Amino acid sequence: MTDLVIRGGHLLDPAAGIDAPKDILLKAGRVAEITAPGKLKGISGVEVIDATGLTVAPGLVDIHVHLREPGFGYKETIATGTACAAAGGFTSVAAMPNTHPVNDSVETTRWMLSPDRGAQIRVFPIAAATRGSKGETINDYAALKSAGAVAVSDDGLPILKDGVMRETLAAAARVGLCVIQHAEDTRMTQGGCMNLGPASFRLGLRGMPAEAESAIVERDIRLVTELRDSRVHLHVAHTSTAAALNAVRQARRNGLRVTCEVAPHHFLLTDEHVGFYNTNAKMCPPLRSAADRDAMIEGILDGVVDAIATDHAPHAVHEKEVEFENAPNGINGLETSLGLALRWLHKEWKLPMGRVLSLLSAQPAALLGMKGRGTLAVGSFADVVMFDAKAEWTYNVLATKSKSKNTPFDGWPMLGKVRWTISEGRIAYSNPA
Amino acid sequence: MFRPRIRMTTAAPILRRQLSTPQVPASPFPYNPGSLLSVLDLSIEAIGALLKRATELEQMDPVGRDRILAKRRIALLFYESSTRTRTSFELAAKSLGAYTTLVSSLSSSIEKGESLKDTGLTLRALGAEAIIIRQNFSGAAWLLEAETRLPIINAGDGMHEHPTQALLDLRTILAHLCPGVELVDEKTLAGITVSIVGDILHSRVARSNMLLLPRLGATVVLCGPKELLPELAAKAGPGIEIERNFQAAIERSQVVMMLRIQAERLAGLQLDLNEYKENYQLTGPRLATYAPKAVVLHPGPIIRGLEITAGVADGFQSAILEQVTNGVAIRMAVVERALTSAQNGDRA
Repeated sequence: MTDLVIRGGHLLDPAAGIDAPKDILLKAGRVAEITAPGKLKGISGVEVIDATGLTVAPGLVDIHVHLREPGFGYKETIATGTACAAAGGFTSVAAMPNTHPVNDSVETTRWMLSPDRGAQIRVFPIAAATRGSKGETINDYAALKSAGAVAVSDDGLPILKDGVMRETLAAAARVGLCVIQHAEDTRMTQGGCMNLGPASFRLGLRGMPAEAESAIVERDIRLVTELRDSRVHLHVAHTSTAAALNAVRQARRNGLRVTCEVAPHHFLLTDEHVGFYNTNAKMCPPLRSAADRDAMIEGILDGVVDAIATDHAPHAVHEKEVEFENAPNGINGLETSLGLALRWLHKEWKLPMGRVLSLLSAQPAALLGMKGRGTLAVGSFADVVMFDAKAEWTYNVLATKSKSKNTPFDGWPMLGKVRWTISEGRIAYSNPA
Repeated sequence: MFRPRIRMTTAAPILRRQLSTPQVPASPFPYNPGSLLSVLDLSIEAIGALLKRATELEQMDPVGRDRILAKRRIALLFYESSTRTRTSFELAAKSLGAYTTLVSSLSSSIEKGESLKDTGLTLRALGAEAIIIRQNFSGAAWLLEAETRLPIINAGDGMHEHPTQALLDLRTILAHLCPGVELVDEKTLAGITVSIVGDILHSRVARSNMLLLPRLGATVVLCGPKELLPELAAKAGPGIEIERNFQAAIERSQVVMMLRIQAERLAGLQLDLNEYKENYQLTGPRLATYAPKAVVLHPGPIIRGLEITAGVADGFQSAILEQVTNGVAIRMAVVERALTSAQNGDRA
């Protein structure tokens, strides 16, 4: 691990409250020193990155990705998924456990964390909440946490049974882990493959009602209330409906530790973007109505949304080139998250850039207790993204670092081009102008 | 440690200001000008041209008509069973001199797991110049067109659309209610109400008709129980209303289109058939009392004694077999359009 100097850039670190030109010395994988421009001493012979004209920010953190390993290496590997993340400016990703086998064991968690996987950035495994993610028997959270798990979730599936969810929340709280719920009452979404609404009727597709999400969120909040334990932390994954977001808002007003994330596709697209059966616009939860989409925007602007998370979900081309109902759920998102967030949240909807970056780094890192991430305060991990905040560019999926190409954002205009991504002092991605 | 700043708001999330949001991109479909995927692919002029051409082709000497598409190759790709649609497409194509070949899911490599994309590419490699597809998944025709870029005729995709059925229904309606009308426009069916009754939710015939007929001025009244007719059906397009009461619906209608309950698509939905018949069966007395002059249509197959009684199906108000006959004429025009527009290459 070589030392690095980042010189000439504009440091924007919302967690540390810095928004000024600074030079930064990275040493042994940590932030060693931050000074006014040109004031770093004793750095002869240290490799220098010229960040003139670039915004220097804490490396981005995505708490909801699918890296597909073990078991689905044809869709993505930990190596390709993290290379894709680095290209998108991310330095930490939390990987969901719906792999094969399901990550419900210390062995699988360790396997994912092994250097043999070739991760380009830091991977934080999220362990399955229940054995095989079947929603029946809870796992040994203490063991999973000590193996490296940062949260528990059965993502892709909900924990439906009240008793199991209550037990999950209580057991995770005892070891200080957050429970991430995929809020979908699957009894209401049987056969559904897009949002229930005029578009699903017109397309002759069975719909998934918004209530399928809010019903589970409301049930979970009731369980958190009943547990009366301030350590209990419920996190609502990929929130997509106004009703679910309102439930979170209300829970927070009642002082509960309930957090939520929103994916870029849910604050940008609606069920009309399914067009004529575009399988790259199929995911779960599905693209919702315009009113729900607007509620996601409002939730981000007014602060109830804690994090932007991509739900990066690669699928092979042949899996998506099928009838809409037969296509798997999920779209890629790691390379487009920053560009879309800056293009829309910042430029179009005037959210200050510091708050955009906070939603993409400091807040998600804090949410999952990733210490020393999401900030560049001295002593933090040397996780840095440097981007040209003024650069407008067009996303071309053919150039993706992912193994898969399933995105609805191909050809979309982006704002903010990532030039360097540094993970713990090592250059994970570079694309100098 | 950084603590996320949470600003509490009491108001429900309604956008505080009008924000511009990403546009829905224009549809690239149809890729091929010969394709007929949806009734919405056709302009009103194009609908008129097809109706006119159907009549011309029907009246033409069979010897000579068979030179129009002589030796052209058309594949019929049928994943679902069909009597009327398949046979009339086949007869239509053959009347114009084209070769047809039938690929059905049970006797082909589809059974071995070949995808729709590969099946389509294979048919194209075999020389098919157009594909007529019936498939059990909504949107299959769009997928096939995107992958092959051939002229694709949608002969029914899942619960979605069945455009040639709507065109032949239109021809039947015009023959009864507007005899002699040659060219259609936005007002041709003004003042005409068409009831579509029964299993709307699962019906591609209903969707194509409710998207087609109002464009020519008709009002479409959908009628059926909640399980088979969700409220949001009324938002599918302009000119669509919902009337739950069967008598009230047919009383105001000049055309009553009955639909079969699609048992194969109910997906676990439990229906009390006796109650259904009680409320929605088209019986002789009901027809005589509430709609003694209405034309009765049904896309078939009919289930006598369920949605319609035998007496009504065979009765003098029934135009069910005329619909079948009209299918051949309409499909001649649609098949001819498929192979001749592509040749002109005005879009592909």
